[in-house]
Amino acid sequence: MTHTPVHYAAASGAFSVSWLLILLPLAGAAVLLLGGRRTDRFGHLIGTLAAAASFVVGVVLFAAMLGRSGDDRAVSQHLFSWIPVNGFQVDVGLLVDQLSIVFVLLITGVGTLIHIYSIGYMAHDPARRKFFAYMNLFLASMLLLVLGNNFLSLYAGWELVGLSSYLLIKFWEDRPAAATAANKAFYMNRVGDVGLAIAIMLMFATVGSTSYADVFGAAAANVIGYGTISAIALLLLLGACGKSGQFPLQAWLPDAMEGPTPISALIHAATMVTAGVYLIVRSAPIFNETQAARTVVVVIGAITILLGCVIGCAYDDIKKVLAYSTVSQIGYMFLAVGLGPAGYAIGIMHLLAHGFFKAGLFLGAGSVIHAMDDDQDLRHYGGLWRYMPVTWATFGLGFLAIIGFPGLSGFFTKDRIIETAFDKGGTSGYLLGAVALLGAGITAFYMSRLFLMTFHGRPRWSSEGEDARHPHESPPTMTGPMIVLAVGSTFAGGLFVLGHSMQDWLEPVAGEGVEGVHTFSPIVLTALTLVVVAGGFAAAWLRYQARPVEATARPDTEVTLVTVAARHDLFANTVNETIAMRPGQFLTRFLVWLDLVGVDGLVRGSAAGIGGLSGRMRRLQTGFVRSYALSMLGGAVLMVGALLLVWGG
Amino acid sequence: MNPANYLILAALLFTIGTAGVLVRRNAIVVFMSIELMLNASNLTLVTFSRLHGTLDGQVMAFFVMVVAAAEVVIGLAIILSIFRTRRSASVDDVNLLKY
Repeated sequence: MTHTPVHYAAASGAFSVSWLLILLPLAGAAVLLLGGRRTDRFGHLIGTLAAAASFVVGVVLFAAMLGRSGDDRAVSQHLFSWIPVNGFQVDVGLLVDQLSIVFVLLITGVGTLIHIYSIGYMAHDPARRKFFAYMNLFLASMLLLVLGNNFLSLYAGWELVGLSSYLLIKFWEDRPAAATAANKAFYMNRVGDVGLAIAIMLMFATVGSTSYADVFGAAAANVIGYGTISAIALLLLLGACGKSGQFPLQAWLPDAMEGPTPISALIHAATMVTAGVYLIVRSAPIFNETQAARTVVVVIGAITILLGCVIGCAYDDIKKVLAYSTVSQIGYMFLAVGLGPAGYAIGIMHLLAHGFFKAGLFLGAGSVIHAMDDDQDLRHYGGLWRYMPVTWATFGLGFLAIIGFPGLSGFFTKDRIIETAFDKGGTSGYLLGAVALLGAGITAFYMSRLFLMTFHGRPRWSSEGEDARHPHESPPTMTGPMIVLAVGSTFAGGLFVLGHSMQDWLEPVAGEGVEGVHTFSPIVLTALTLVVVAGGFAAAWLRYQARPVEATARPDTEVTLVTVAARHDLFANTVNETIAMRPGQFLTRFLVWLDLVGVDGLVRGSAAGIGGLSGRMRRLQTGFVRSYALSMLGGAVLMVGALLLVWGG
Repeated sequence: MNPANYLILAALLFTIGTAGVLVRRNAIVVFMSIELMLNASNLTLVTFSRLHGTLDGQVMAFFVMVVAAAEVVIGLAIILSIFRTRRSASVDDVNLLKY
């Protein structure tokens, strides 16, 4: 593969104000947080306006980019010198290119919709203003992450995103579960962040700079050794796994569902958790050089697909199922981008489509939860389509999109991933393809289960008695965004693959997608996928539609071992506890003990020793003058004796 | 006369003074013993001065006398004020400043 030197055009025209993208939501957050209670009444409007304004700037930039020729589309703008130390220059700048602009549109577009949705969803929450402030802060951080033109800016955005995610998960901080989940998310993200930080240090040590242009130039020119570049890639991957909830750092993501549902939609489904995929595609010049790291990415993706799918089948909590579905869908993206230049663009396509349909599904779930008085248990739903038709229709479109119904976006993007996996060739290609295909089948099963249990079948709730439920359609501020996202999830996929538009667009960043030799012809593979998906749907239909659903889940003793394992997140928490938390706790306790007994013992012991000794010594001060005189005489005799010995002897 | 005799006398006087300081309880007597020790050393200084034919020792002896006189003034004043408050001239009774 030949490399052209990394070239970014200088900022001019609309691009000279690209910093507005970040500044607008940041200003919104600042106004809402500093303004305090005075902004309570109209805070949500300011927040939504800031997000929408940022989206408008994004659209203007996108249009300006379309007007440029292909080579000039990547625009790098120097903003200011951050750390101007001799020999260590870090400049902050923005890079608006084909990859970052699609992320900008996704983040601000979906972000704005979710802001609008939250106006309705959080209407009765006394802390709504704070909620919008945090959401604006998140938008600004995420935009900094995708727009930075060096790894250090990306890292700053990366950490800020972690912070705003933490603030939003624990938004209802009076719930112990939410507070714990936020801490868990923060700690597990830290593990990944350490990887990213070390990767950046390695880059600086070997290349002497952290800017994309320098690092990628050096990677392309082969001046970094294979071992070093593999280490950098693997450490970047560790960071990506932490942020994207991939195996083995996936356990925090389902717990993060303790946050308000719009947050689950925005941060833990559509945008933040895809930052890992962004990082890998952005670092494509690094990953292109190291087969070893790409293999690890693919394996992690494959493991995560199956893990997410299997656990998704076992949960009865609507948000947990969607969370594990997110884990497994991001697994698909990792699988795609791990396949190298053939898969980068496809991974991004699936990411964008997923951004639409998963956000839509989460918003729909929020609408259902809202209607059912904050009950999230699928077994308490049933037959809701009659009561909330808009939610049913939009959720249904998202559902069809995720399982890959022909013509909807998931069909185009997920099929391409399965196809690319098979096209890798060899045993590994068959294995990966089979995993992806199996994952598609299981996805169809658990998503159908979720959909059927929620909207169809006999109602398992009653509108009378003590626990009366009165499901109702949500207000227009909530249904509006759901409709827009449903339209997006219907058409996005087709738009991306139409005439290779997305792949051609991303080509300067992701490299030329090599059309490999097809293992199966695309028609056969599509048919095969459809059969598998239909099988998954049929299984769910037979189990949860043709037969009545029990109102309570069967106890662990009556279900298979796989179900028990899946109900316990495949024991991920137990594993984390055993290999990380317990030894860590033991180590800290041991260190505390060492400090108490060793260090403190030494200090206290010497103090006590000297104290005791001086207690004895002061007995010599008897107060009798004659005894002092005697000791003086003794001393004088000793001195004279010593002098005689030295001089006289 | 043999100069060694003066030195022997000085040593005797010094020993008597030392013993007096160590064994006597009466502050005045202790004081007199100290004077005895000082004068013993004065005698030694003068003797050596004579032996070596220089005046250094005699000059030094005058210094010792001056200091001894000053010391007696202060010391007697202290003993007197202690006697006024405690009605005793025994050095063993003045033992409050201790551990």
